[in-house]
Amino acid sequence: MDFAFSEREEAFRKEVEDFVAKELPGDWVEKNIYWPAGYGTLAQFEELSPQVEQFTRRLAEKGWLTISWPNEYGGAGLSHTEQAIFHERMSYYRAPAGEIATRIGGPTIMLFGNEEMKKEWLPRIARGEVRFWLAYSEPNAGSDLSSIQTRAIDDGDDLIINGQKIWGTAAHVSHYAWMVVRTDPTAPPHKGISLVIVDNAAPGVTIRPLMNICGFYSFNEVFFDNVRIPKRNIVGEMNKGWYYLMVALDFERLAIPMGGFRRTFEEIVQYARETKRNGQAVSQEPLIRNRLANMAIQIEVAYMLFWQTAWMLDRSLVPNIEASLLKLFTTELSQKLANTGMQVMGHYGQLEGTSKWSSLYGRVCLGCLDCISALVGAGTSEIQRNIIAMRGLGLPSK
Amino acid sequence: MDLGLSEEQEMLKKSARDFLQKECPKRLIRQLDESEGGYSSELWRRMAELGWMGLVFPENYGGSGRNFLDLAILLEEMGYNILPGPFFSTVILGGLTILAAGSEEQKTELLPKIARGEMVLSFALTEPSASYDAASVKTKAIARDGEYVIKGTKLFVLNANVADYILCVARTRGTTDPEDGITVFLVDARSPGLTCTLLNTLARDKQCEVIFDNVTLSGKSIVGKRDEGWPIVKDILQKAAVAKCAEMVGGAQAALDMAVNYAKERVQFARPIGSFQAIQHYCANMAMDVSGSRFVTYKAAWKVSEGLPAALDAAIAKAWVSEAYGRVALSAHQIFGAIGFTMDHDMHLYYRQAKAAEIIFGGADFHRAIVSHELGL
Repeated sequence: MDFAFSEREEAFRKEVEDFVAKELPGDWVEKNIYWPAGYGTLAQFEELSPQVEQFTRRLAEKGWLTISWPNEYGGAGLSHTEQAIFHERMSYYRAPAGEIATRIGGPTIMLFGNEEMKKEWLPRIARGEVRFWLAYSEPNAGSDLSSIQTRAIDDGDDLIINGQKIWGTAAHVSHYAWMVVRTDPTAPPHKGISLVIVDNAAPGVTIRPLMNICGFYSFNEVFFDNVRIPKRNIVGEMNKGWYYLMVALDFERLAIPMGGFRRTFEEIVQYARETKRNGQAVSQEPLIRNRLANMAIQIEVAYMLFWQTAWMLDRSLVPNIEASLLKLFTTELSQKLANTGMQVMGHYGQLEGTSKWSSLYGRVCLGCLDCISALVGAGTSEIQRNIIAMRGLGLPSK
Repeated sequence: MDLGLSEEQEMLKKSARDFLQKECPKRLIRQLDESEGGYSSELWRRMAELGWMGLVFPENYGGSGRNFLDLAILLEEMGYNILPGPFFSTVILGGLTILAAGSEEQKTELLPKIARGEMVLSFALTEPSASYDAASVKTKAIARDGEYVIKGTKLFVLNANVADYILCVARTRGTTDPEDGITVFLVDARSPGLTCTLLNTLARDKQCEVIFDNVTLSGKSIVGKRDEGWPIVKDILQKAAVAKCAEMVGGAQAALDMAVNYAKERVQFARPIGSFQAIQHYCANMAMDVSGSRFVTYKAAWKVSEGLPAALDAAIAKAWVSEAYGRVALSAHQIFGAIGFTMDHDMHLYYRQAKAAEIIFGGADFHRAIVSHELGL
């Protein structure tokens, strides 16, 4: 057992730090209001500001959007631990570091797509030229995802899609839908689903952004009206999509912005140190110290769960239950951190970033709202617990 | 980074699990809990034969020369099975103190005896104030003609009633700095003036009141340097906290395993109760607690093993695991329902362990205070 990083890994971490210092605009990390593990303040990255575009291009040039991918697919050919180090550092600076295509779509295509699909998509994804959005949920199919009704009908060389998706984060600023559709309504629900890629620009696709409680257009409802896609856009085999989806969901659950927790915690601690209340620094109040220590401890626990998943991937082990444990723990930590922030800041915690007298750019105020999405998106905490219990511990479903 | 066990470590873990399952069944545990001595000398002898006592002592002192991480793995198995007896006080509190601070003469004389299972040790630190800070050490050791006379009361002293020697933390000099002027003494348990009374505790773990009524010691009984004993105590408290965490991780795993197995078998409403979401969610929470606890514990143990500064990691581990084991034990009880509330059932044995372990060497709040201090808050 060895909890130290190798020399090579430490050197890589430094390389990432140097890159960020050089390429990320000076005040980005302070002003960026992203709350760790929330899904509602991601919107900022998806907004195509020139700075995000440029930074992403620089990352792509280094193969860093797809660090653990083999060189042949445009990756840097590094280890999963190095990829985790990269994401930990990127998220510490709240920097853009890839999105659904690079972290979910691409890895899933690499596992299940045929050679034609890999050639068509992977290099473009690695270059940061395409963005995917997740077209999973429907108005009547959220946690019960296998009950989706969006239908794809076989039409020779194409599929024709009709239906509706909802809650797709960043659909309005992406190029392609990474989508689950029902291709065989006669089969049992899990066995009649296919995973397909749909061009947002295809005729019949209507995207309507929805405003979340944080005040951002982060997610969308999207309507598909006789949308035609070529069959080569089916990922893997038709009607095997549920299986691929489970793997894609694990990839999603592994993509936790660990550094963001550390950074946000440091900012709250700094606030507590600098702010006086009743004649002493807030950080000297025993109850506040206790709560801050509790956060530091839980962030440590979370880090260990995070590194574990990278270590497993490097040993070709599948972090299945571990991905759910990581997602569950870190998202609930997101909520606890927001609560702690509010306790530390008191009245000031309720001020929005634009308000006079606000601190930390209103991050805690926004975080209290965004953390609600953390326990719901990418599989609710209840679903994660079901997975841990049934798939992980072998408890019966009935 | 390597989060797996070596082959040697896997073997140690498995052999310990199998040995304890066979040689220390719950039936024996209950017997020992009810007994005054609290341990089986036959089992003790066999553990010594396996090299468990001397696991981390250097080979020239009769040990196996393995490291603290290996010891943590062994302790996890002891926690998994529950192992009544003075292993912890003898090896961790006593043995590691002598190893770290004893003179060459003391190490040569005592460590091989401990390794052979021929000596039981106890560590008398806490007093009626029940605190782990230096200012709470009020037991006095007064120098007189090259000897020392100890007077005071120690409380919550593990296994003092069966110890051959008791390490006593006493104040040899009163100064303005409470951490100055403390000395660690090795006291023969049969010394005149030393009275031991067994306390009846939740975990039946043989904690004692030890009264030192003018117990006279030679100057040779000092471990380390006179007046400079507090750093020794701090160091051993840190190691003990991590060692206790390793035990707790084992216990929490056992509680989880028991509860999950029961949930699969117990049928109510015509289905196994493990098919109900509330039960599944308790189990998932427990799995999360066990997993996180294991990592922070082994990270701290690794730091101790490597001789790296471990104050922050030890405090993180003890704070977290103290509460995690408690949560796991309560959730497991919840799954067992009424049957778990019976004396005959094994679940309460783990719950008792969890409560005792939570407190000893400082509870969660105590260690969170250390964390905030170490973080410079």
